[in-house]
Order: sequence, then structure tokens, then C-alpha cells
Amino acid sequence: MSLEILEGFRKAIELILSGDPTVVDITLRSISVSGMATLLSALWGLPTGIIVGLSDFKGKPFLKGFFNALLGIPTVTLGLILYLFFSRTGPLGFFHLLYSPIAIMLGEAVLVSPIMVSLVINAVESVDPEIRDLARTLGASEAQASLAVLKESMGSVSLAFTASFNRAIAELGVALMLGGNIRGVTRVLTTTVALETTRGELVLGIALSIILLLIVLAVSVTANILRGRRIWASR
Amino acid sequence: MKNYGDVVALDNVSLKIRSGEILTVIGPNGAGKTTLLRIMAFIERPTRGEMFFGGEKVDEENRDRFRLRSTLVFQRTALFNADVYNNVSYGLKIRGFPKHEIDEKVGEVLELVKLDGYEGRLVKKLSGGEQQRVSLARALALDTDLLLLDEPTANLDPRSASIIEDTISRVNRDYGTTIVVATHNMFQAKTISGILALLLGGRLVEVGSPDEIFERASKELLSFARVENLFSGDASIVDDGNSVIDIGGGVKIEAASALSGRVSVYVRPEDIILSKRSISSSARNTFTGSIVEVSDLGSIVKLRIDAGREFVVQITKRSFVEMGLNLSSKVYLTFKASSVRTV
Repeated sequence: MSLEILEGFRKAIELILSGDPTVVDITLRSISVSGMATLLSALWGLPTGIIVGLSDFKGKPFLKGFFNALLGIPTVTLGLILYLFFSRTGPLGFFHLLYSPIAIMLGEAVLVSPIMVSLVINAVESVDPEIRDLARTLGASEAQASLAVLKESMGSVSLAFTASFNRAIAELGVALMLGGNIRGVTRVLTTTVALETTRGELVLGIALSIILLLIVLAVSVTANILRGRRIWASR
Repeated sequence: MKNYGDVVALDNVSLKIRSGEILTVIGPNGAGKTTLLRIMAFIERPTRGEMFFGGEKVDEENRDRFRLRSTLVFQRTALFNADVYNNVSYGLKIRGFPKHEIDEKVGEVLELVKLDGYEGRLVKKLSGGEQQRVSLARALALDTDLLLLDEPTANLDPRSASIIEDTISRVNRDYGTTIVVATHNMFQAKTISGILALLLGGRLVEVGSPDEIFERASKELLSFARVENLFSGDASIVDDGNSVIDIGGGVKIEAASALSGRVSVYVRPEDIILSKRSISSSARNTFTGSIVEVSDLGSIVKLRIDAGREFVVQITKRSFVEMGLNLSSKVYLTFKASSVRTV
């Protein structure tokens, strides 16, 4: 068995290095769908996180708790709920999005939104509260002062993007239930790994798993390097 | 009037500052000094009351316009995580100044606070004193009509404190900037302010010139301020109407007022003449002692002298150097009976 695994690894690396079109196609689709899902979640997650982080209102702890609770939502449960929405008889069925990359992207965006919001709230709250007042006393408008806070928290905000992307690219339930794992259309890294493993095709499964791990690692390392850089433009 | 929930931070505070004046607000921690400054900087709204700026009433419509004419330097140094240039130029960029003017202004104010050439340094790597000077430079770059400083020299090294105090005085003198300083540093309050306001528990209890306030040395002032050379002792009236107060340690002080019984008296450090030899003068009080502590306050040196009881004396640094004084030096303290004030 161990020899079989080692052989699987050898063949997998050969497959990656040979630039196999199937592997490239699946990898690029995974990156683009998860990347778009992350950006989409940032569209509403970033402003929501900033507003909640900077505000002080009565229900804030409850709202933060709500987003934190959503962090652990099972992907298959979310996949099922969204499947019901996108299915032909569902409230969003008229869009005919089921079994399309867009459906996966929307589903993953919903899945990672609590991560985006929670981590952005934490990032903004971790900034010295006087930074906002400092910007204001130096003449900044409310929007400019909020931007200054965002700049100060950029290191932690990048973590929100990294964590969201990694969660999106590594999840299986939503991609499987909304994408259907259709070859050349909705097949992504995780769905292919699951399918190939159940079919006993370990080589492709191992190759795609290695790629998945490398992507997650590369994104995290790049984000870490960027976090150390100066956010404020130099002269 | 300013409330935070049930807590009254400022209670019926009414204050008028003339253009070009330096006002010092003194008071203990929690007196409401910072709240007052934040309201004056237009980053906090009073719960109730009216504000006027340059004779014009401040309202919701013009508040932002007035906010651009004042700036606050925070007590706890707040800095952007950037280099000195980006910190100092922030307000100028917000106001849309062209780059060459920003560069020129940044260089000018950094020179003023003796940080020229520091543009590219990361502020987080500077010392506390240097960081506070960057904060001051950042505020000065804006040339605002009103400059507000919250405990500008708290916990700073003497050199930085001295540079900041000198800069405050210079900016007021050369540019006519109206300055409000919040401090609990009595020495600073005396040296830099034109007018002094005493804030206690959110209420303004005294407003006047530093001389008036310290001369009066009201119970309110003494309730929080550490007044130097404050002694208690038994007083008895002597033949000429003066009193002699035995403050212990073999020290008897003569005061130019008829006192008897248990009294508290104090002598201002700047009223005591320090000499290396006994001097012949009309002063009724002369004691000998030795220097036990030397504190460098920039241009001033504060000495603690053990003469049976400890006295604090202030002299200029130049005098300190010229007299060749150091720890354990034997010195004479001389002050007039009329300099002895009763509480």
C-alpha cells in the first residue's frame, strides 16, 4: 500500500510538471471561481466589517456573535440550502444558475462572508481608537478617517482575504452541490479529488491535492510578505 | 456640559480664550481636561451648550470648517504606522496642498522640533520623546489658528520636554497661534501659560494669571497639586508682628504675618535664593543644607536640599553650572519672611 502511495506521488508530480491540460483547466477554474468568490464577499463584507468595527451600538456583541457562529456552518448544509434556492422550482430558479461556475462562486461567496466580516471587524477594532480621531483632528472627513483606520489595519485585513480564499478553494460541499462536478464546466480541485479517489484513480487525486496545498501555501506566504510591507505610500 | 451616560465629564464650563493667548488647563487625572480639549478640537460634541470660534457660533453646518482651523496633539502619542514624512504631511495632503509645498512645510516644521532629516524614519522606531515631537510637528504643519495640546510633555525625557515647551512658546510668539495646553504639571503651567484655568471634577473652579492662581494657592489647587516646600508647624507671634513657625528638623521659618497655633505654610521654589556663602541681606530666613537631588528640566534645574527639612529650589542651568554645584554641595538658602505664604 505504501509503495502504491509513493508511486501515486511520483506519477502525480510527473502529471503536474508535464502541464497536463486537464490539471491546468481544473486548477485555473478553481483559482478563478474562489478568487471571484473572495472578491464578491469583500464587496459587502469589507464595508460591513468596517462599519460594525468602527461603530458602537447596543446589538453589536450579538451581531459579532452571529457572524462568528456562521464561521462553522457545514458546507454541505449551506450547499443544500443554496441548491434549494437555485433549483428550477426554487425562488432563484429563473436565473438558471444551478450547475454553473457562477453558482459555485455565489455559494462560496456566501460561505466565506462570515470569515471576511468577522476578521475585518477584528482588524478594525484592533487599530488604536485614537487613529480615527487623529485623522479627524488633522482635517480628514469621516470617510477619509475610516480609510486611515483601514490602512492601519491592512495587515490584519489581508488575513481576512487569505482566510476567505483558502476556505473557498478548499471547500467541497458547495462546489459539489451547486456545480455538479461537470467535466470541463464546473469541475474544480476539491470535487475532482473526491471523484477520482472514489473511482480509485489516486494519481490524479494526489496531483490535484498537492496543487491545492501549494496554492493555499503560496497565498498565505504572499499575504504574510505583503503584510510586512509599508501600507502608507513612501515619498 | 458633557455627559457620558450618567457620568458628568464637564459641568457648566464657560471659558473664553482671546486670539494669540496661551491658556493652560490644569487639573488632576479625570478632571475633564481631555474632554474639554476634544470638544474644542470639534471631534467631540458637547451634550449641551454653545461654542463660538472667532466670534462665530459653531453649528452642525460649519463644524467641519472650524475643525480645519484647530488641531489636537493627543496625550498618548497617536501615530500612523508610517514614516515621519507621511505622518507630518497627512493633514496637508488632506487639504490638497501641492507636493513641493508639502515637502517644504514638512522640512520646516521638523527643523522647528529639531528632527530635521528624520523624514524617512519609521515613527514606531523613534523614542517616545521623538514621537511626541513628530506629533507636534504634524500639528504645526497645518498652521491652524488654534493648537490644542493634551499633556504634551508627560513622561518625556527632559530634552524633548524642553524642545516641546520652547516650540510652543515660539509658535505662539512668532505666529500668534492661540494655544491651549492641558497639563497636571504645575511647573509647566507656571512657565508657559498666559492664563490658567483650574479644572476639578469637570468644573472650572479658578481662572486667572498663573501668578494670581499660585499666589492664592487655594484649597482647590492644593487638593491635587503637589506644591513644593509645603510645611506644617506650630506658629507663634513674635514681638514685631511676624510669626515663627517651627516646621521640625530644627528649622524655624519666619513669616511676615501674625500666625499662631497649627498652620501650613509654603515657599515657592523660585523665591528662594541659593548661594555658596552666607549673604548679608534683609531676608529673615537663612538656612544651610546640602544638595540631595538634582533634576534637569531643560533650561531650569530643580534642586532638593536637605536643611533639616527638605526644600526645593529652582535655579537656571547656567547658574547651576557657574556655581559649580553638584550632589552633596553645601549651600545657603535665603528667603524673605514675606515670601512665606499661608494656606
